[in-house]
Amino acid sequence: MGYPHKPHARETVLLSKHFGEADARSYKGWVKRGGYEMLERALAMEPAKIIDLVKESGLRGRGGAGFPTGLKWSFMPKEKRKPHYLCVNADESEPGTFKDREIMRWTPHALLEGAAIAARAIQAEVTYIYIRGEFTEPWAVMAKALAEAKAAGVFGRGKIHLHRGAGAYICGEETALMNSIEGKRGNPRIKPPFPAAAGVFGMPTTINNVETLAAVPLILKQGPAWYKGLSLASPKSTGTKLFSVCGHVQRPGNYEVTMGFPLKDLLYELAGGMRPGRTLKACIPGGSSVPILDRDETESCLLDYEGVVERGSMLGSGGVIVFDDSTDMVYQIMRLARFYAHESCAQCTQCREGTAWTTKILERILAGQGKTADLDLLLDLSENMTGKTICVLSDSCAAPVVSGIKKFKNEFEDYIAGRRKPVLVA
Amino acid sequence: MADDLISLMIDGVPVSVPKGTLVIEAAKQTGVLVPHYCYHPGLPVAGVCRMCLVEIEKAPKLQIACATQVAEGMVVHTQSTQAKQGRTGVLELLLINHPLDCPICDQAGECELQDFTFQEGRPATRYSPEYAKRFNPVEDFGPDVLYVPNRCILCTRCVRFMEDVAKEPVLNVSERGDRAYVGIHPAARLDHPWAGNVVDLCPVGSLLSKDFLHKARAWELDKAASVCTGCSQGCNVTLDTRENVVVRVRPRPNLQVNRYFICDHGRLNYRWMNRGDRIEAPLVRRGGELHATDWDEACERVATLLRGAGGKAVALVSPKASTEALFLARELFAGLDWTGAFQVVMGEEAPLAGVPELALRAERAPNGRGAELLGYSRDYPAALSAAETASVVLVLDEPESAVRTAGALIYVGTMLPERAREAAVVLPIANVAEEDGTFVNRDGRVQRYFQAKPAPGMARPAWWVLSEVSATLGRGERLATADEAFDRLAASVDAFRGLSYGRLGFAGLPAPAAVPVAVPA
Repeated sequence: MGYPHKPHARETVLLSKHFGEADARSYKGWVKRGGYEMLERALAMEPAKIIDLVKESGLRGRGGAGFPTGLKWSFMPKEKRKPHYLCVNADESEPGTFKDREIMRWTPHALLEGAAIAARAIQAEVTYIYIRGEFTEPWAVMAKALAEAKAAGVFGRGKIHLHRGAGAYICGEETALMNSIEGKRGNPRIKPPFPAAAGVFGMPTTINNVETLAAVPLILKQGPAWYKGLSLASPKSTGTKLFSVCGHVQRPGNYEVTMGFPLKDLLYELAGGMRPGRTLKACIPGGSSVPILDRDETESCLLDYEGVVERGSMLGSGGVIVFDDSTDMVYQIMRLARFYAHESCAQCTQCREGTAWTTKILERILAGQGKTADLDLLLDLSENMTGKTICVLSDSCAAPVVSGIKKFKNEFEDYIAGRRKPVLVA
Repeated sequence: MADDLISLMIDGVPVSVPKGTLVIEAAKQTGVLVPHYCYHPGLPVAGVCRMCLVEIEKAPKLQIACATQVAEGMVVHTQSTQAKQGRTGVLELLLINHPLDCPICDQAGECELQDFTFQEGRPATRYSPEYAKRFNPVEDFGPDVLYVPNRCILCTRCVRFMEDVAKEPVLNVSERGDRAYVGIHPAARLDHPWAGNVVDLCPVGSLLSKDFLHKARAWELDKAASVCTGCSQGCNVTLDTRENVVVRVRPRPNLQVNRYFICDHGRLNYRWMNRGDRIEAPLVRRGGELHATDWDEACERVATLLRGAGGKAVALVSPKASTEALFLARELFAGLDWTGAFQVVMGEEAPLAGVPELALRAERAPNGRGAELLGYSRDYPAALSAAETASVVLVLDEPESAVRTAGALIYVGTMLPERAREAAVVLPIANVAEEDGTFVNRDGRVQRYFQAKPAPGMARPAWWVLSEVSATLGRGERLATADEAFDRLAASVDAFRGLSYGRLGFAGLPAPAAVPVAVPA
């Protein structure tokens, strides 16, 4: 539900059912709402059985990559030789994404319950919840909820810690997050080894997104078949997903819909459509890292992992950024590139130098000093920045540039040809 | 054994390597050097420069050869269009913020950024000259290390060396994105006893040795394989000479001894090799004074002294002398009641924490073990007092020796200290940079060093000088090379039996006496 808006009739309100209810934040309030019943059930189950249920449900990672959650859990060593760790990725920093924030603000115990069930499933002794540094309110809510849950003995002998990030986007990358927890610089690690083999502190680790874990108690409660049934299009995408809609819509906010929901309806019905007199120009459907969709692609796009790929982009984190016809696409793309240039961890050459160079070229085009060759240069540079680095930050910078030039080439050309007034880029 | 080998194909050449080998190392086996910056066999893999991109069949995208392990049946293409384009792209990006100040950069000529750019870089940049390049001022990192951040490509070799090898993590990568640079802890200096290695590890001219700063262009240097004389560890080094002056000492890889590193003590302790106050001709005492003469007369004079010697003879030798010279000095006293001894200067031990069995050793002597194997004693004071009443005393390259004798003093050395002016004969010899020879390190490894520059005047290698005297005495043939000298040694001393100069090669071999007796399986 797009709190503070009332839920729209076409929403499927599961994760966001209790958004806005201050009482749901407390342990008592959560138990009153049936909370922690599923944890009790999970504690009585064999870990492998929990993994099987989650596998059956078809739940996929909500952080961006969409990797099947049950499968990820099953990668953990069956025979325990070392301590197992669970990391909860609450470093929600993807521009345009603000769903985990709301889950932590309103239903902190849903996350804690999901995490406790996951810890049971992968036999983890220690859980780290890595919360984005800028999230002051979610941090306070989580800290309070955790203290209450600990006092109520929710985690048994398991240890659970909140870890506060220090303001780096890259720490949302799973291995950078682990380095950060270890007190190291938040640099992504080379894979393999994958976290299930050697994760945080070199121990077998599973890392899950907040929204993914918050969905786990629901799956246990209503069964995997029910969850699997929540699918409007591709059977490979199941359940509900929170979409953070921002930009040029009348009612921005979080909307929870079933997988396969039409993006067009999300924008025009749930989010209230464009401002009066404005029309849709473009949309980034999955957080700033994915390719931009033009109007036609947006209006024909189904919101599930397969549907968005079919339109040439990715579902990502579900951060839907909407641009109407007043938008200067060149400027928007420059702002995205600048973000990545600022956040590059500086390990890989292509990313460290490429993101900054891309930004400089875009700034120059905006300043009216671009050259026709700059567009080919940008594309070639983006090619160099794609699929060649440790993590995908550099690919993420290239994606909007490539799709932007492909779909809005005329806007770039207008700047280069002097048909458009130069923009002073500060 | 064969079961543990993995067979793969690199650029059409089949190769079999042990399981776990990295593709970049397997490629070396086939003679292919995949261009790289961050990878170094002596450091943990970082995989950050992304330069060693290669195409591996069936992999969805290019892989870095430095972090990819070989797999059975793998087919690697290092020269495919895609791989080359990937690397060309990296080179272009590495250069956009690089100052291109090769004409004033010490690294020019031995710079991997230059080399690989010539090899597969773009002919021209597409980076507009209107864009400012990243600029940071030069920083003074430590006693011998300067950091020029503008040239830095952030390969992090220096950071990893300090963290994982020296275990003194004073360097890091500071800042993010293209603002990043190598930072030093604000309260620390790069003054670890092994810190100088970061200069060698730096693939570009970003970390510079103050000692070598602007001293020579790389292409003016001649190089000779040598062994460090700084302590008993016996690190393998390269002596770089410019117009017959040693200007730099760098480590020479030897996995058995020093891996890829040398300490700063050894690195900076070379100026004595260039001293100008050398003895340039043999000297004999005539009418109470030393007079320059030729080798024939000098050798004849020594032979006469030795033939006439009765009673005790003493040899005071330097543990920096070659094994061959120590051996031939001993042979001169055959048949006499002789004592031989050496003294070792002691200093502080400085281990390199991340490499087992590697340290700057307290014993600052490269060949103490060799002297021991040849029967020289460590009881120097006893030898000194024996020298007082000996009939003949030979001092081999010991300018500091407090020798006093009523008998005849034969001084064999590079310089003429005050005390040696009382000698009956002074024989000028070459120093370690001027001759071929061997040292035996503390672990009993016999290692060759090679001549880097000519000896001054008539000075000759000590083994040549002593063999001339031997020949004059009618004992054995004259020796023309260190090779012959060593083989004579190996033929007559059990501790070296079975070794040959040729087989020692560049890496050396353990002396048989030092080899632990193998337990039959």
